[in-house]
Amino acid sequence: MSLLKKASKTWLLLELVKGLSVTGRYLFQKKITVEYPEERTPLSPRFRGLHALRRYENGEERCIACKLCEAVCPAMAITIESEERDDGSRRTTRYDIDLSKCIFCGLCQEACPVDAIVETQVFEYGGEDRDCLFYDKQKLLEVGDRYEAQIARNIKADEPYR
Amino acid sequence: MDWVNILLTTIVWIVEILLIAVPVALSVAYITYAERRVIGLIQARKGCNRVGPHGLLQPLADGLKLFLKESIIPTRANKFLFVAAPVVALTPALIAFSVVPFGEMSHSILQIHDGVRTWFADLDTPQVMAIAHLNVGVLYVMAISSLAIYGILLAGWASNSKYALIGAVRATCQMVSYEISMGFALVCVLMLAGTMDLSGIVHAQEGGFWHWYIIPLFPMFLVYLISGCAETNRTPFDLVEGEAELVAGYFVEYSGMWFATFSLAEYAALILISLMTSILFLGGWYAPFPFLDFIPGTIWLLAKTAFFVFVFIWFRATFPRYRYDQMMRLGWKVFLPWTLAWIAVVGIFIYTPGLQDIIGFYQPWR
Repeated sequence: MSLLKKASKTWLLLELVKGLSVTGRYLFQKKITVEYPEERTPLSPRFRGLHALRRYENGEERCIACKLCEAVCPAMAITIESEERDDGSRRTTRYDIDLSKCIFCGLCQEACPVDAIVETQVFEYGGEDRDCLFYDKQKLLEVGDRYEAQIARNIKADEPYR
Repeated sequence: MDWVNILLTTIVWIVEILLIAVPVALSVAYITYAERRVIGLIQARKGCNRVGPHGLLQPLADGLKLFLKESIIPTRANKFLFVAAPVVALTPALIAFSVVPFGEMSHSILQIHDGVRTWFADLDTPQVMAIAHLNVGVLYVMAISSLAIYGILLAGWASNSKYALIGAVRATCQMVSYEISMGFALVCVLMLAGTMDLSGIVHAQEGGFWHWYIIPLFPMFLVYLISGCAETNRTPFDLVEGEAELVAGYFVEYSGMWFATFSLAEYAALILISLMTSILFLGGWYAPFPFLDFIPGTIWLLAKTAFFVFVFIWFRATFPRYRYDQMMRLGWKVFLPWTLAWIAVVGIFIYTPGLQDIIGFYQPWR
């Protein structure tokens, strides 16, 4: 009987039909394609994208030039120079991140005591030459100003897990 | 006015050839599109849908890209054979279509009768819509489709590359092996139909799907379909171009238009196999039920062909590639004895008085 069963299985190509039915079912399954420029996948609040320098609500920049991020950066992508400002506070005169060196590990964000340097959810910052990947203080502050609402929201969303 | 007739006949021939060759080339382009879409859908993707509405202009973009690409001829290659090979591969794939009957029609655009030209003549008996109505059509198709192997062999040899050569040798071995079981599967059909004329085979299957040869010859249908898969070097028998070990097989050195010519030949062979399967086993241009006869026969034939093309794409999306020795084992040790046994069975049925009546249903000519 088992011989007959086996023979019929072989000669009726049952295994192949089974395989075909699986792929046939998949043919009508809901497609998982995300058509990128029009559709996007959701991003985690911890997403590590383009860097930004933040400000306080009164417009004062947060960075106090402690240089912890510069020290912790494993790729040595951050360069900071600082000076005393007229009001006696210590501020950066230069804050450069070379994104062509950066490995987007997020350690600068972790190291920062005042939440000044953060990584945003922006990941479409490509350009046509290497220079556009070199972000100085001016550009970083601009990024921070543009995405402040999103950054604040993400930090708040991640707060309970820290 | 003999020369007028000769001229007109020539023009009609050229138009007929174009009527076959151009749609074949176009459907090849869109089969590549269908293949990408169907395999995409089976893999839960959407496939190409960017170029034009639903990606329908994708084949044109691909064609333009291939056309503009440089056609590189390797330094140590045999230049003449290298260039000749794609042509040799494409020609048999296209000329095999000349005997395929696409249907029947009861009127003709040009009829030459006793030297008198009549246009749009109504015919007493329906005429077969084929460029050449050959009474050994099956033999012709088998012979011509075997010739395609020369193009592949030449390509592999002329490229002066070990991958191409191994691919070509594999292709030759595979096509020669499966040609035999394919031929024997056809012999069963010929025994029932009693003719080698393709339109005659279709006529023998007239009148509803219960007359089709897929029913008495179902095992042979499977053998023919699977051998067709091997014959056109498609998955699961595409060891010829097994990218894991041979990069791309016999056309590894080809680029640009020459490469496109090879894929044109390959897909034309696929269409031909699908057409032949529909003609030989699925009643060609006849509708599955007689009351559906109002739909033109050509549409039925093309629908059946499209279904088989889809099945081949489905196979490709489903089955992993065979190992080479397994494939040879299947061809020689399984299909060959199996088809031979079925020829014997069909023969016994035809010539034994009691059984004759059963099989006689499928032999209306007796």
